Amino acid sequence: MSIRGTKIEIQELTHRYTPKSPVTFNSITLESPPGEALVIIGRSGCGKSTLLHILAGVLQPTEGKVLLDGHQIEKPSPRWVMMFQAPHLFPWMTVAENVGVGLTFGHWSKKEIVERVTEVINLVELQEFVDNNVQDLSGGQQQRVALARSLVMEPELLLLDEPFSALDAFTRASLQHDVRSIARRLGFNIVIVTHDIDEAVIMADRAVIMAGSPGNIVHELDVALPDPRDRHDPEVQKFRGLLMGAFQEAANV
Amino acid sequence: MVGLLRSPTVQQIAWALSGLSILMFLWWIFGNYIAQNPATASFATFGLIPTLEAFPLLIHEGKIQTAVVASSIRLGGGLGIAIAIGVPVGIMVGRSKRFRELSNSPFQLLRMVSPLAWTPLAVFVFTAWDSSIIFLIAMASVWPVIFSTAAGLSKVDPAWFKVARNLGATSMHMVTRIIIPAITFDVLSGIRLALGVAWIVLVPAEYLGVTSGLGYAIEDARETLSYNHLTAMVVTIGIIGYTLDTTLVMLIKRYSWHKGSDEG
Repeated sequence: MSIRGTKIEIQELTHRYTPKSPVTFNSITLESPPGEALVIIGRSGCGKSTLLHILAGVLQPTEGKVLLDGHQIEKPSPRWVMMFQAPHLFPWMTVAENVGVGLTFGHWSKKEIVERVTEVINLVELQEFVDNNVQDLSGGQQQRVALARSLVMEPELLLLDEPFSALDAFTRASLQHDVRSIARRLGFNIVIVTHDIDEAVIMADRAVIMAGSPGNIVHELDVALPDPRDRHDPEVQKFRGLLMGAFQEAANV
Repeated sequence: MVGLLRSPTVQQIAWALSGLSILMFLWWIFGNYIAQNPATASFATFGLIPTLEAFPLLIHEGKIQTAVVASSIRLGGGLGIAIAIGVPVGIMVGRSKRFRELSNSPFQLLRMVSPLAWTPLAVFVFTAWDSSIIFLIAMASVWPVIFSTAAGLSKVDPAWFKVARNLGATSMHMVTRIIIPAITFDVLSGIRLALGVAWIVLVPAEYLGVTSGLGYAIEDARETLSYNHLTAMVVTIGIIGYTLDTTLVMLIKRYSWHKGSDEG
């Protein structure tokens, strides 16, 4: 696979849903270097999911802009792919068909599609389910299919909107570990929105805390921890404590 | 051999054949009863045996084939028009809240009108009887197609469009790769219901004016007192209807992605 990261520049971003509705967040500026795993945490209603949807090109900002390697994001593109809380797989398709569906929207030959789909299915370790209908899979396996469906597009940026919150604790931990290790191995950026402090510490190179109404960035923390990260490791626990302290402080803003 | 007998398919076929055998047995008893009763003996040819004896003659004379072809053309025409109109209108009903609210009352009102009530209007508007019958079939069968298609659309997860758009799908991809596969099951279920209605309307519609088709053949047999020919045509209608319905049930199963759904 030829995935690479991208430089994300969020410049003076302001958003309100309608001219009469309150400002969701105000004048947010943020940069993320190529290959970084950036986690945005905050309470419900602080605008973190809205920010992610703007990064995906699904929503438009009221003011400001988002640049990827200098190019402005204005609409969705396979270069920046979003993974949602639920996998939203196409239930009439097999695992392989779901994974390759994005490629069939582009100009790819059948041979290329088969090659890339096989490679990505191996990456997420779903080889034995390749011809299964996706409804036959567990929640965690379905989320892996959704991850493979995103990765097959070879995105520069993978956006994750609380992607593991509906899963059980074991599956969640396994997927957090896998997504981080795949992203690091292949070198693409990830931006994750979550309100799970543990998830932030396990997955982030840098954590950003949003708070207030309208929302704003109130705290940033570099999570300088080696991989693989074990949530019981004292160092991980230390960062968890730091982040929790900052989060609680921000919540009182 | 024991394993074969335990196979679900074999058991299913065995139950179906048993049910048909009971039906034929009851028919045979009924035929014997009316044959032995002096008051009804003139209707004895309604019975099972005279009916089965009529088939070779009707097939040899080509009467069944001619009637089936004529009726199939009308059924196919009417059903084809119903599908061509019903599917896009159903998609509009399912996709647009405004259109759904606008169309619901007139559609419900029109749906409740007996299809045969349109006959005088059809005869007035269309110069040919064939066209009138096709119109009646279309009027009868368009509603199940519209409502099933709309119901299918309402089950489409809006997130599928968001995901597809995120992966670079165009509007055409949305229709061909998302909407059509998602609603095929419901459209086929609607067509199955429409076929049942169309088949019911076809025969009485063919009593009127035309000189071909299964309905005409039944009416002709009644007028010539060939009751075994009449029942042979009724059996033919049943066999064709059952075959078409079974084909659609197989198609519905083939295109169903709803886990646990078992139409039929």
